[in-house]
Amino acid sequence: MTTNPTTNRDYSLVGRDAEHALALGLANAKWYKCDVPRPVLKSLMQRTDGPAIRDTAIWIASFLATGGLAAYLYPGWWSVPFFLAYGVLYGSSTDSRWHECGHGTAFKTLWMNDAVYHVACFMIMREPTIWRWSHTRHHTDTIIVGRDPEIAIMRPTVILRVIGLFFAIPQTWGAIKKLVMHAGGKLDAEELTFVPEMERWRVFLVARIWIAIHLAVIALALYLGSWLPVLLVGPLPAMYGAWLHVLTGLTQHGGLAEDVLDHRLNSRTVLMNPVVRFLYWNMNYHVEHHMFPMVPYHALPKLHEAIKADLPPPAPSIFAAYREIIPAVLRQAREPGYHLTPKLPAHATPVAAE
Amino acid sequence: MTNWIDVCNASDIAAEDVLRFDKDGRTFALYRSPDSKYYATDGLCTHEHVHLADGLVMDHIIECPMHNGRFDYRTGEAKGAPVCVNLKTYPVKVEAGRVFIDAG
Repeated sequence: MTTNPTTNRDYSLVGRDAEHALALGLANAKWYKCDVPRPVLKSLMQRTDGPAIRDTAIWIASFLATGGLAAYLYPGWWSVPFFLAYGVLYGSSTDSRWHECGHGTAFKTLWMNDAVYHVACFMIMREPTIWRWSHTRHHTDTIIVGRDPEIAIMRPTVILRVIGLFFAIPQTWGAIKKLVMHAGGKLDAEELTFVPEMERWRVFLVARIWIAIHLAVIALALYLGSWLPVLLVGPLPAMYGAWLHVLTGLTQHGGLAEDVLDHRLNSRTVLMNPVVRFLYWNMNYHVEHHMFPMVPYHALPKLHEAIKADLPPPAPSIFAAYREIIPAVLRQAREPGYHLTPKLPAHATPVAAE
Repeated sequence: MTNWIDVCNASDIAAEDVLRFDKDGRTFALYRSPDSKYYATDGLCTHEHVHLADGLVMDHIIECPMHNGRFDYRTGEAKGAPVCVNLKTYPVKVEAGRVFIDAG
């Protein structure tokens, strides 16, 4: 565990710490990678459609079953558990689908990646072009302050905001504001730093289409005099079902170091049960994913086995992960320079840079 | 002006794979296609400073190991976001079991 005297970080991509990161060589830097023989890595990177088609068929069937039963039983109380299950599919499992299909690794067939990507983006309210490019930056400059647009817990920690994340309150409010701005043909100053000019028309077009869909759903609800359409499609299911993707997502980097060039120090691998791993598409192997982002989700357990001797031991459960994350994040509320430092195995390659 | 550079044995690259080659401060990527034809491009992705030789060759596509940027290595054509700029390609020849590229 380490305390860093740095405080008052500026997380803006156009602020003081953005210049600081560039000056220190933290942007577009060379990162530590575990040594994996080329034939092994090539084998792990191979694409196939099979696992993702199987998982997507189960995923769609689960949507139809939970959503159908929720609608059938609505407005009775027996519909509630089905709405809760549907919400987790809508507001949480879409996080991993957005993510993996955005990397283009889930399916071998490109149009399948794109189709699931766009559906998942709509559900979780992440505009596809903006988030494709923001995630590109997240991988180039992972948890580099002033560079990474996807730092979930900024320091000093604002506890109420973190709690709000579990109900997708800040995410949804931010998404709606940006959707309106993009539909009006504008990007904000941060987005201008990572969305290339030739891609911007896509942002504006998709924002207008999405607003039209959301308005159509609201119009249908008004026409039917029923909440059902907005409970099944739009911001509400993205919010009442967000908790699981936030629960899993905050384990990825929560409490760990900023401004280091070694994913073993700023990312966390957590062992999770098969149900959560299905919903999360194996993103619990997060150090492995960041180090080798082109390895598909279904090959991450094998990648973990290949490099685990060079990694900190994984957290054995979500509960175990939060036993270290919660105290660290609470301490970061009053001591922003504090962070956890994962312990590498004795024979692991030393840390590259800190 | 041609500038043929002797790179490696033809058998040094597996079919459907890529090899990094550095010369005079420049870096190149040399490819062997599934039908055992050879191609060469600049070694760095046009999106960010990442060596393509760490990426994955699929048919006639090289995928950048960092962000999934894809190029047709025969023509250098960028196939879509996040790569927007084509790769420079170089002529390749195989003579007596050796692979040469014309680095220009």
